Amino acid sequence: MEPVSLQSFAPAIAEIFLAFAVCVILMAEVFAGERRAGLTGTLSLLALAAGAALTVRYGHVTHRTVLFDGMYVADELSFVLKLVGFLFVAVALLYSRTYLRNRNILRGEYYVLALTALLGIFVLVSANNLVTVYLGVELLALSVYAMVAFDRDSGVSAESAVKYFVLGAIASGALLYGMSLIYGLTGTLDLGEIAARLHAPLHPGVILGLTFIVVAVAFKLGAVPFHMWLPDVYEGAPTSVTLFIGTAPKIAYFALALRLLAQGLAGTTAEWTQMLAVLAVLTLVVGNIVALVQSNLKRMLAYSTIANVGFIVLGFVAGTPDGYAAALYYTLAYVLVALGSFGVILLASAKGFEADRLDDYKGLYRRDPLLAGTMMVLMFSTAGVPPFIGFWAKLRIIQALWETQHLWLVILAVAMSVVGAFYYLRVIKLMYFDEPAGELPAAAREPGVRLALGINAAAVLALGVLPGPLLDLCARLIH
Amino acid sequence: MHALLSVLIWLPIGAGVVILLLGDRHIGAGRWLSLAASLATLALSIPLWTHFNTTTAALQFPELLPWIPRFQAYYALGVDGISLPLIVLTAFMTVPVVIAAWSVIDSRPAQYYAAFLIMEGLMIGVFSATDALLFYFFWEAMLIPMFLIIGIWGGPRRVYATIKFFLYTFLGSVFMLAALIYMYVKSGSYSIAALQALPLTLLEQRWIFVAFLLAFAVKVPMVPVHTWLPDAHVEAPTGGSVILAAIMLKMGGYGFLRFSLPVTPDASRELDLLVIALSLVAVIYIGFVALVQQDMKKLIAYSSIAHMGFVTLGAFVIYEIVRNTGNVLGAGMGLDGAMVQMVSHGLISGALFLCVGVLYDRLHSRQIADYGGVVNTMPVFATFMVLFALANSGLPGTSGFVGEFLVIIASFRASFWYSALAAVTLVLGAAYTLWLVKRVVFGPVTSPRVAALADLNGREFVVLGALAAAVLLVGVWPAPLLKVMQPTIHHLVSQALATKL
Repeated sequence: MEPVSLQSFAPAIAEIFLAFAVCVILMAEVFAGERRAGLTGTLSLLALAAGAALTVRYGHVTHRTVLFDGMYVADELSFVLKLVGFLFVAVALLYSRTYLRNRNILRGEYYVLALTALLGIFVLVSANNLVTVYLGVELLALSVYAMVAFDRDSGVSAESAVKYFVLGAIASGALLYGMSLIYGLTGTLDLGEIAARLHAPLHPGVILGLTFIVVAVAFKLGAVPFHMWLPDVYEGAPTSVTLFIGTAPKIAYFALALRLLAQGLAGTTAEWTQMLAVLAVLTLVVGNIVALVQSNLKRMLAYSTIANVGFIVLGFVAGTPDGYAAALYYTLAYVLVALGSFGVILLASAKGFEADRLDDYKGLYRRDPLLAGTMMVLMFSTAGVPPFIGFWAKLRIIQALWETQHLWLVILAVAMSVVGAFYYLRVIKLMYFDEPAGELPAAAREPGVRLALGINAAAVLALGVLPGPLLDLCARLIH
Repeated sequence: MHALLSVLIWLPIGAGVVILLLGDRHIGAGRWLSLAASLATLALSIPLWTHFNTTTAALQFPELLPWIPRFQAYYALGVDGISLPLIVLTAFMTVPVVIAAWSVIDSRPAQYYAAFLIMEGLMIGVFSATDALLFYFFWEAMLIPMFLIIGIWGGPRRVYATIKFFLYTFLGSVFMLAALIYMYVKSGSYSIAALQALPLTLLEQRWIFVAFLLAFAVKVPMVPVHTWLPDAHVEAPTGGSVILAAIMLKMGGYGFLRFSLPVTPDASRELDLLVIALSLVAVIYIGFVALVQQDMKKLIAYSSIAHMGFVTLGAFVIYEIVRNTGNVLGAGMGLDGAMVQMVSHGLISGALFLCVGVLYDRLHSRQIADYGGVVNTMPVFATFMVLFALANSGLPGTSGFVGEFLVIIASFRASFWYSALAAVTLVLGAAYTLWLVKRVVFGPVTSPRVAALADLNGREFVVLGALAAAVLLVGVWPAPLLKVMQPTIHHLVSQALATKL
């Protein structure tokens, strides 16, 4: 056995540092108490910045490196996704602060849970073994369940947390069961080994195990018909938590699908692409059509998330590296836009007022041009209109589908993006064309957060005008 | 001179952004800035015309920068005889829109000017892009300012109209996008020239042709996907109607000439009767519909659909001409007519919408019944209005005559019946336009409000005067226009008549 040197842990610096930081912040919270409620928030942001810096300095690997007896893999993909995770979580926490304070839930545990969730994301992104995958999934999920229930005085939050927890537990069960079948039939937990041992003719048990794994992945992503939890959780959770679960975890679930299906179970690509194709069709249709009739913005965005998940799944349906790269690009583009749109809701809300009904956005332009402008950019982007990033995301998926000759999926995808355009346009219509309905509390001033939101929208535009570098990056990470 | 096209695209966009940042508080400066920017764009489009080499069909003023290396997509610009007149038309028509808004737009004026200037840049981008992805990028981006223009400054049913407008055009466009990506996957390039040269089977061509037809037919618009246009026109503010009628509809015609005919020549040959039939329906049926309109803007909107029917007729009649006479040169005349008709309709419909705007600013009504005897109080205005109305009904000496005449002659070569049916428009067009003029302009003063009307002010006079001069110029002396287009049209005919099979 090779001697273990400290150096060899370097690729895992992000996880190691984050676990350490979580402990320190917990202690700081205990000693500082509630008198200095902002302290943990600041510490968490510092920890995220430091973690990102350490990852850049020590965590970069030039080639695929396997650590901890094959449990853990570090490659360029995990390196970049971790940096993106640091960034997105930092932005999410930045957007949330005033909202949390207004609702008296600005407590250290919130930040600690967010950081443990991020740790779960990292573990998932670097998983190379079924056990590691499960570890990451559960660490992320348990942190998020607690976050949804964080506003303990809110009945709605508690209800959605219970719903999320119960359904999530079933999904975890399905995942474990599927994994156990695969393990039993291949005799290994290592994803690389599984890929090597699965080849035609496939044992029927493998297909059964695969089915359970696909169900679990679909649940985590929110693909129809395993999407039931998503609208309720998005609507019921405090908006800052909705922002959180709507953004960084999507990266983890992309990684989950990639590591499990595309890499570990590569031998069954023909089978799972068919399953995913059915899910994608249902997801696109249900997500887009149900979103049309929502009157609550958070719920509408939940269905919009489902619709977008449909596109991400379509990338996997292609079953080619190009398709996975498209799905990765779509995920990043989607998360960037979701961060901004929930950020707008957070900023538009005030003490004792939750700006989550669509009608609350009537005439927003007159009250707050910056928020309205930001939201307009984000809505046009999700609708897939150039010059914004969402256009390239859709284009990339359609291209991957053409490359694999999926004529009908292309037609469905473009037709559904037209249906989708309608409800995004409706938000713009409310903000710009309608008169304000009555007196509503002014949006939070927060110059720093506003600047961040402005940069967020500007990034959506800039990456839409010059999409080349990010497209290249995504392609390079997958190949 | 190498970046002239880029300047034409980005100068108005940049000016629009500056005006947006200046905001409504500095709108005095903003107005002058938008006038300066639109005039500068127009001035810069003149060297484009004068330095254009009229002996070649090759793309001129080319610019090529890598844009998205992964897709082999380039920031590639260039003009030929089809795009040049439309670019100049765009630059020309934006100026009156800016001037006409001067004292009329009170609410959020900075955004109004910004939207029109940004749109001008994007529209020039559509006409000058020689990379299909860049073309689509501009094509779709253009919807955003127009959506806002109708939605913010429009009439009472503006929300319905603008969402309908957006969704119709978006629906058509996404299928074109799917077709473009398909061809990219097949050819590995988004260059329009490469797509035109790409061999395609008849089955592929049919699908692609239908995808293009959806996109362009909505824009033109052709029956039966025309219903967004009357709504959008009626609800849009004057400037919006002008740009919509003068430029945006032309993008559909431009698309047919740039994509449908050269990229899918065999499918075009096979399905030409479909397009011809729809064009003739537009010319005749919509002509009758226009006749019964009570709303001036709606009447002009329907008249636009009928006139644009000539563009699609002229473009697709070429196959029948060659089939019947074997005369390739004769086919070019249909395309000549289509192009002239586009330019001419841009000028005339824009001018008519401005005329309606002049009346609307005074009486705040677009109903024909609210007017009558305007000539008694607004003689100068009446002169312009009658001129544009005559041009709209195709009076010789005006630009309206040239395009329609060329298309009717060309379609006579194809079939007597096409030309007979198309010629019905001369009667119908005269009927609805002149009847409009009779009811609005002539006769005794019908109401005290009309009696109190004031004639054109200086700004309005300059705007209508410039348009009248352009209408007459193209009508009396269309030769320079035809000369600019000729080599490109020749080239296009050879592309459209070639086979890719």
